[in-house]
Amino acid sequence: MPFQPVILWTDALVYLLLVLAAGMLWYTRGHEHLMQPWRRVAGSRTAQAALVVLSSYLVIGLLDTLHFHPRTGDREAADVVYSTEVSSLFDVIAGPLRTQREKTYSAPFAIHLFSKETIEKADGTTVRDYPRLAYGGAHLDAHGTGRLADILGKALAGAVKWALAWSLLLVLLCRFSRARILRLLGGRMRNPWHVAAWSALLLMGVFGALWEMAGYYHVLGTDKVGEDVFFQSLKSIRTGLIIGTLTTLVMLPAAILLGIMAGYFRGWVDDLIQYLYTTLNSIPGVLLIAAAVLMMQIYMSNHADDFNSLTERADLRLLFLCLILGVTSWTSLCRLLRGEALKLRDLEYVQAARAFGVGHFRILLRHVLPNVMHIVLIAVVLDFSGLVLAEAVLSYISIGVDPATNSWGNMINGARLELAREPVVWWSLLAAFGFMFTLVLAANLVSDVVRDALDPRLRQ
Amino acid sequence: MNPSEPAMNDRSADTASLLTLDGLATHLGSATQPVRAVDGVSLQIRRGETFVLLGESGCGKSMIALSIMRLLPHSGRIVAGDILLDGQSLRALSEAEMRSERGGRVGMIFQEPMTSLNPVMTVGEQVAEAVRLHDQRNRHRVDERVVELFRSVGIPDPQRRVHEYPHQLSGGMKQRVMIAMALGGRPDLLIADEPTTALDVTIQAQVLDLLKQLQRETGMAILLITHDLGVVAEMADRVGVMYAGQLLEINDVAGFFARPAHPYSRKLFRSVPKAEKRDQGLDVIPGMVPALNQPFDHCRFADRCELVEQRCRTQLPPWRGAAESGYRCHLDPDEVKDLGSRVPAAPRTAQGAGEALLDVRQLKVHFPVHKGVLRRVAGFVKAVDGVDLSIPSGSTVALVGESGCGKTTVGKAILQLHRPTAGQVLFDGTDLAHVAGAELRRLRREFQIIFQDPASSMNPRMLVEDIIAEGLVAQRIGGNRAQRRSLVERLLEQVGMPAGAADRYPHEFSGGQRQRIAVARALAVQPRLIVCDEPTSALDVSVQAQVLNLLKELQLELGLSYLFITHNISVVAYLAHEVAVMYLGRIVEYGEVGQVLREPLHPYTRALLSAVPVPDPGHRRAVIKLEGDMPSPVDPPSGCHFHPRCPDAMAVCRERYPQVSEIGPVRRVACWLTVPGQQRQTGS
Amino acid sequence: MTAYIIRRLLYALPILIGVNAFTFVLFFVVNSPDDMARMHLGGKRVTDQAIQGWKEEHGYAKPLLINRERQGSDMFTETILFEKSLRLFLFDFGQSDSGRDISHDISQRMWPSLAIALPTLLVGLAVNITFALLLAFFRATYLDLWGVVICVAMMSISSLFYIIGGQFLVGKLLNLVPISGYDTGVHAWKFMILPVIVAVIGGIGSGTRWYRTLFLEEIHRDYVRSARAKGLSEQRVLFRHVLRNAMIPILTGVVVVLPLLFIGSLLTESFFGIPGLGSYTIDAINNQDFAIVRAMVFLGAVLYILGLLLTDISYTMVDPRVRLD
Repeated sequence: MPFQPVILWTDALVYLLLVLAAGMLWYTRGHEHLMQPWRRVAGSRTAQAALVVLSSYLVIGLLDTLHFHPRTGDREAADVVYSTEVSSLFDVIAGPLRTQREKTYSAPFAIHLFSKETIEKADGTTVRDYPRLAYGGAHLDAHGTGRLADILGKALAGAVKWALAWSLLLVLLCRFSRARILRLLGGRMRNPWHVAAWSALLLMGVFGALWEMAGYYHVLGTDKVGEDVFFQSLKSIRTGLIIGTLTTLVMLPAAILLGIMAGYFRGWVDDLIQYLYTTLNSIPGVLLIAAAVLMMQIYMSNHADDFNSLTERADLRLLFLCLILGVTSWTSLCRLLRGEALKLRDLEYVQAARAFGVGHFRILLRHVLPNVMHIVLIAVVLDFSGLVLAEAVLSYISIGVDPATNSWGNMINGARLELAREPVVWWSLLAAFGFMFTLVLAANLVSDVVRDALDPRLRQ
Repeated sequence: MNPSEPAMNDRSADTASLLTLDGLATHLGSATQPVRAVDGVSLQIRRGETFVLLGESGCGKSMIALSIMRLLPHSGRIVAGDILLDGQSLRALSEAEMRSERGGRVGMIFQEPMTSLNPVMTVGEQVAEAVRLHDQRNRHRVDERVVELFRSVGIPDPQRRVHEYPHQLSGGMKQRVMIAMALGGRPDLLIADEPTTALDVTIQAQVLDLLKQLQRETGMAILLITHDLGVVAEMADRVGVMYAGQLLEINDVAGFFARPAHPYSRKLFRSVPKAEKRDQGLDVIPGMVPALNQPFDHCRFADRCELVEQRCRTQLPPWRGAAESGYRCHLDPDEVKDLGSRVPAAPRTAQGAGEALLDVRQLKVHFPVHKGVLRRVAGFVKAVDGVDLSIPSGSTVALVGESGCGKTTVGKAILQLHRPTAGQVLFDGTDLAHVAGAELRRLRREFQIIFQDPASSMNPRMLVEDIIAEGLVAQRIGGNRAQRRSLVERLLEQVGMPAGAADRYPHEFSGGQRQRIAVARALAVQPRLIVCDEPTSALDVSVQAQVLNLLKELQLELGLSYLFITHNISVVAYLAHEVAVMYLGRIVEYGEVGQVLREPLHPYTRALLSAVPVPDPGHRRAVIKLEGDMPSPVDPPSGCHFHPRCPDAMAVCRERYPQVSEIGPVRRVACWLTVPGQQRQTGS
Repeated sequence: MTAYIIRRLLYALPILIGVNAFTFVLFFVVNSPDDMARMHLGGKRVTDQAIQGWKEEHGYAKPLLINRERQGSDMFTETILFEKSLRLFLFDFGQSDSGRDISHDISQRMWPSLAIALPTLLVGLAVNITFALLLAFFRATYLDLWGVVICVAMMSISSLFYIIGGQFLVGKLLNLVPISGYDTGVHAWKFMILPVIVAVIGGIGSGTRWYRTLFLEEIHRDYVRSARAKGLSEQRVLFRHVLRNAMIPILTGVVVVLPLLFIGSLLTESFFGIPGLGSYTIDAINNQDFAIVRAMVFLGAVLYILGLLLTDISYTMVDPRVRLD
């Protein structure tokens, strides 16, 4: 085998999440009343466009989740040796983006470094000048003539390539029916699928152009150690998605169980659970996270031998961050569910079930849980964007993800001091903010639509 | 204009009337598929008269009121017709001009006094707002005027009350404040949208009385919206019957009650439960109100009408008669008279006189009230405070009382949904109050419950099959899945529902159908006792008839016993064998239903019965007015709980709770008046 | 009322004990003081002596729960639990790991925090309510629609961007006010204005949208319909009826954070160089000074509980329906 698969902790949880989501989808499809809110979501143009953006992030994140040890050494060797380094499928696809490192900063589309260096010329003399980049625009001549035309040409080529891919996808999805394609693009379907289709075209076109150009230039520049910023931004997607989703996943069981138990049983159960979340809630979240992360850092540095590789260590730290963020964020959902369960327990269908002698556990499972699920779902989508933003802030105050992990927070943290430089190094910052903003905006728009669709109170 | 519409071109008729609706049409929702909530309504209201709009829920009667006031919900709009107030078109007014009419010449009060007042503003200030806006003469003496208004709507101690907040007032008082607010602008027309529906019957009597009195004093016209034929008889000069967005009939009240013209009106009368109908089934209107999101090209009542003919299904019916009195139907008056020759299925009232199935003795349910630093129990809400009750097998005992008297708590305590604080609940000899766990769970199949609100009594996320089978599963009866399924289908059939209903969700059914499903759910475990907690209060009268018929048939067929908890006296008269009247956690009078309703002995029973509006305008009853509201069950009055409101209170009533005097085999009254020694004292 | 306050204060005790127990486990059980010493002294090749010395110096050279070398009550007081954890209940925060008096630092640094956080809160409240009222007044029009879209866009932007962008734009490009620093007295405003503006702008998106939801929720209530039926104008309905009711959740939401204003904002303070408790905490985190972090956790919990109590009391003042007993 040319590789040896690796499943990191977060990978495993992502797979679990996918299985759960697929299971929920399957279950929902069988129940008309569960489908209805999602039909309303599908009927929203905003949601269609935003979901396309979200799924493009998701695809990149998932590609970056398939991890393995690549094989090293020469192919002829008898015993197979795998590298200790962990790569992902995305790394392979990105190929040159990852490996083509410059020396230090360079601006987007630049062919020279950002700072002057002493260059030794062929004749032995030295000059202070901006040296040429090793990879960025290396195919151009010494003066970089025709750079603009080249860039535009590459962009166009990329856009066209990906637009072709888009049309192929469209034909496949419409099952080779011309009428269906026309109906879809013309917006004559029951749901505004044409919004999704056209935004996919736009997105794929833009991405295609960037991707094509990235083969020849550093489209978003390079950072202090010469790494491609575009690559970093794409790698950070996985971190953002993990924080946004796994955090909710780890806190959900506790929040749901404790919340509905407190509301349904009242009495001492309620008192105990309320005490638990008031106590946790009373510790300011940032401080709790700070304390926990600091403790973990010490633990990890004192038990460095327990980790096979840096990647594994960074991954565990990411998981731990999700856990601790989960601990600080389950309380509000728990309180919400408690309130709802309090209302539900006095509802007549719950009373009727009790009159039949239905057991408490069964009542919780059949009557309470299904009727609070919409709140849970709303909380999950609402929390997502907040968590993505929180990651950046936490990484900035160095209690976030491991410095070795690619994340927008780390990019910002690394770049903020360079604002003081003259001229300003702005691309890392803007790239990180831009990618983050796109994701969070899309998530916010979707969550708005989902909330409106799921919350019966808002429907009038 | 459609020539068959009532003639509105006559301008002289306009000037004579205060309010004229001319072909009013109001749509809700999207423009492409609007809900035609009001679909061409024309009527006239004269100065000083009371015009009642009668109709069942969803018929568009409230939308008429909101259209007049231009207070429609966001998706609502008037699409056609005109609203003339004193000859002036309200539709032509700008929003600013409309504001001076709203609350000025036209005042309005709403159904829910509990939520219709701003909770963080004193009631005096809320009334003062109306005075400041519309009453030029009293601008400089707003405070005095507000107190005057409070006094005129019968709020005791007005100087103090104006400074109180809504939550400090009872429901009846809040509705009086709403009326004062509407009167603040000295309206020519008062629109009252179901003003007493949320109130208890004794409070309803007070408020209706007040409206009549205010009308006499101010000469204003009233547009009263109601679903209650009794209220119509009580209040109306003229009445309009609404159905599916249209007026089906306009009549003066005497004519309406003597000779209702439209088949629908006639059916309505026949579906009202009465004591006289005890031994027959109630007339029901089959089917459902048609959906209003379609235009009609035929009579919209045709599908439910017994007298339906071919033309009813193909042509729009004409308006027969004059604008101020007529009806919308294809049939001539003498053709309509044929209605009712067909005798409805006639379930008799079962002869309930078996052994006592349930025997409740000195039942108490107290809820603790916590106070102080350590949340010590400082007192109890004595929701149920010593109730004796016995239900023979195969008969119906009604538990009657106003909201907050503890009747629902009695029901739940019998079912052990609330555990009793004290007393015994003997079911077939077993004291339910002292069994728990698996034994209680096993016993639960013997007694079931049907709730008031069909909307919330079924889990919206469960299929009807699972809802009905829930008891079977919990009680481990009914065999395997296939056997349960056939059982469910049989039960559905038993309550008159198609077997296919099992595969649908509760929200796909109407209120009446859902209540049938609820009955089927209760029947599934073959109980011997069913507690019916206001099972028909949320239903329209024609639908109520279906459910009452069903309950009666089932009793006859299966020998069920019912504890029927209600505030509706006419249902009691129709259905029950014995009746218990509750006041503040205790039963004040108990007896055979005919006796109690004919000659009530307890002053409270007398007042309660006298307050019920009778659907007969000729019946002028003397309402025994009760002062104030029911006291709090935390701190009941000393002696007889009823004495502060009792017109016949004596000295002894303030000191001791009356002993129960037994009159006849089942009749019991807890009143000093019926204690032989005491009665003499009052006589002297 | 008094009884209620007393009861609430008594309730606060178990919560604070819980907080303390939690931090004790986190700071002393997950990692032993030896681990901490080793980390502070740097790396693994540290002699036991050095560790012992560091622990002595910082007062960690005691047993965790029970000191068996001592007699009587000293058995319990001469322990880390007592010295480092229970003393917090007396607001005795002790010394930081770098040897400074924490209580003194806190009393010095809370005022600059407050000087930034309070104006931020008040200005933000005024701005958000104004915008939200505007959107509610023009509800279901294009103004409202685009207003909400802008709000969603603004709340999708990272707070770091507001700070970095604001600093860059106002401080560096326009050179209007100093980028960072702090001064007491009259010149303080120069240093305050930028952080306050940046923080307010950063909060507009979520704040305005949240308040708009509250207003709209109230607008659909029955009493608003009654107010309209009286003939009140839309403005009066909005200001006299809707605003007054919606202010209840708004105000109580504000009151709960009032005590926490003393702690200030971590990000704002560290970016703008405000010598407040927020930057104090950040510095402590960066220097891994656990004594300060512990103290701040406790202080935060106390202030939060105080905030809850104030919220309940403020309810009785703004909502006539609520009475405490």
